[in-house]
Amino acid sequence: MTKYILKRLGMAALTLLVILFILFLLLEFMPGSPFNDEKLSPDQIANLNALYGLDKSPVIRFLIFVKNVVLHQDFGISFVIKKNAAISDMISSRIGITIKIGLQAILIGTVTGIVLGVIAGIKRNTIFDTLTTIIAVLGVSIPSYVFALGLSYYFGYKMRLFPITFDIDDTVRSMVLPSIALSMFVIAQTARFMRMELIDIFKSDYIQLAESKGLSNLKVIIRHALRNAMIPVITVLGPLLVGLMTGSLVVEKIFGIPGIGSLLIQAIQVNDFNVVIAIAFIYSFLYIFVNLLVDLLYGIIDPRIRVQGGGTNA
Amino acid sequence: MKKILRVNDLRISFKTNSGNVQAIRGVSFNLFKGETLAIVGESGSGKSVTTKAIMGMLANNATVEQGSILFDGNDILKLTKRELTKIRGSRISMIFQDPMTSLNPTMTIGKQIMESMLEHRKMKRSDAKIKVIELLDLVGIESPSKRFKSYPHQLSGGMRQRVVIAIALASEPDILIADEPTTALDVTIQSQILELIKELQMKLKISIIFITHDLGVVANMADRVAVMYAGKIVEYGLSDEIYYDSKHPYTWGLLASVPDMSTKVDMLYSIPGTTPNLISPPVGDAFAYRSEHTLKIDFEEQPPFFKVSDTHYVASWLLHEYAPKIEMPEHLQRRIKLMLSEEY
Repeated sequence: MTKYILKRLGMAALTLLVILFILFLLLEFMPGSPFNDEKLSPDQIANLNALYGLDKSPVIRFLIFVKNVVLHQDFGISFVIKKNAAISDMISSRIGITIKIGLQAILIGTVTGIVLGVIAGIKRNTIFDTLTTIIAVLGVSIPSYVFALGLSYYFGYKMRLFPITFDIDDTVRSMVLPSIALSMFVIAQTARFMRMELIDIFKSDYIQLAESKGLSNLKVIIRHALRNAMIPVITVLGPLLVGLMTGSLVVEKIFGIPGIGSLLIQAIQVNDFNVVIAIAFIYSFLYIFVNLLVDLLYGIIDPRIRVQGGGTNA
Repeated sequence: MKKILRVNDLRISFKTNSGNVQAIRGVSFNLFKGETLAIVGESGSGKSVTTKAIMGMLANNATVEQGSILFDGNDILKLTKRELTKIRGSRISMIFQDPMTSLNPTMTIGKQIMESMLEHRKMKRSDAKIKVIELLDLVGIESPSKRFKSYPHQLSGGMRQRVVIAIALASEPDILIADEPTTALDVTIQSQILELIKELQMKLKISIIFITHDLGVVANMADRVAVMYAGKIVEYGLSDEIYYDSKHPYTWGLLASVPDMSTKVDMLYSIPGTTPNLISPPVGDAFAYRSEHTLKIDFEEQPPFFKVSDTHYVASWLLHEYAPKIEMPEHLQRRIKLMLSEEY
């Protein structure tokens, strides 16, 4: 198991490096530069470029960045948003709220999604099933920012239950609407998967065997069906995270949340290269890390994956 | 002998998109204490549906049109869901066909066996665990206390079927239904499992309903055999009566389809034709279209049971006193003698 984790960690590091490299190349093709003040003369711009090392080729800059991150945990400094401020400070003051909202969205999403999926799977072809299917279709097809706008209009503006934009004095209530907006996609996907899996599993031989033991329906579902249905649901958690991340960019912007998503958008708009790279790097890191976590979780739930070496694999 | 189960004129149909399939069309039989009754027939003859009905596990689209299944003074078909779960898995239990898919992949085999003990016999966990290890030993699994914590994927097909048998026996049932328990296994394992079931029956004195399509499989196991065709029993009798003196052409066909050592591969026999459509079953004898010995009346009226002996009954017009005398083909008789002399 340790060997497996080490191997996965090595792969993760390599993947991150490749992503970073591509990021540096892509930024090279982006129009504009951080220094596009009309008052600056070409000489001054050249000087600034030289000062911040932007005159070097992207490959060299990539290597310098990697060296600084690895040796000094230093992501460099911001050029535009907060002149000469260390990016690591900018991010560390903002990343907490982004992760908090993301985790809340995952939690709300998976729990609600699983409950809905289980009900739909058990009460197949009833009104519950239809309702869940409707929710799932809406959740998958409507982007999270539409939900964000809708929620802030009804619950923020009309009913005044929650703040419309982020309120630093009331962070708990401020996070409710963005978390729900983000969780809709997760609810939809997990509910859909859970329902599909359960329906499949209810047809399987081992459920019949469990029934033939004279267990009540509830026991058959809880002991035999649920755990097996969870396996594929966990595998979609990884991809769901992508949706959550891209969603968080826009949702943070809409609610004015001071997280790293809104910072990234701002940085892209003003060509603050180092900030873009640092945040993109962090998003990639989170994504890879969660996927690794999901794979390990998968092994805990499914013994066929956990056990190494011994036994036949049918 | 004491009767333990009585199935009486059972009729079951299934709603499908193309119409009502009359899967069981009047099946009656008794199961005596301690005996093995084999129900034999090809796919779609209704043998599995009959056992599902006994387990009270019919699919949602099934309707019991008529009949009763008497067990312990109660009609199983009239029990509530709650009462059913008390019988199912405790008094009557079942061995399934495919051991590769009938075990829960995410639960240790020990827990899977223990479940019905805790459910029906209200045993303490620690006692149940001891009992499970005894059971694993009984069904021939080596180092049972180590295997207790194994997951199904760590066992071979034959071992898994032994576990499935242990699950069925866990609650010490009166009746064990074995639904083609060896069909999914390879031949050497097949005979081991058959041997095991036989042995267990002698030790535990349970009654077994053994479902199969292969008369060869039950040759040395069954006390009595009921042959089913198109939702009806067409012939039933003591094992010897069926093997040596069967009267129904369909039984002959089944006997002829059992491969033996002298059969060359390209000469494997199969009964010509297919089973009739049970959405609109034939008016007369359902086997008439496939039989070599069809009479005119076969197309007009269903044959009643003709008595051959006190234990042997045949539903075929060939047994009528006016019908021409037709005996089991001689080459088949020779083959059966040969087959039964081989150790199965």
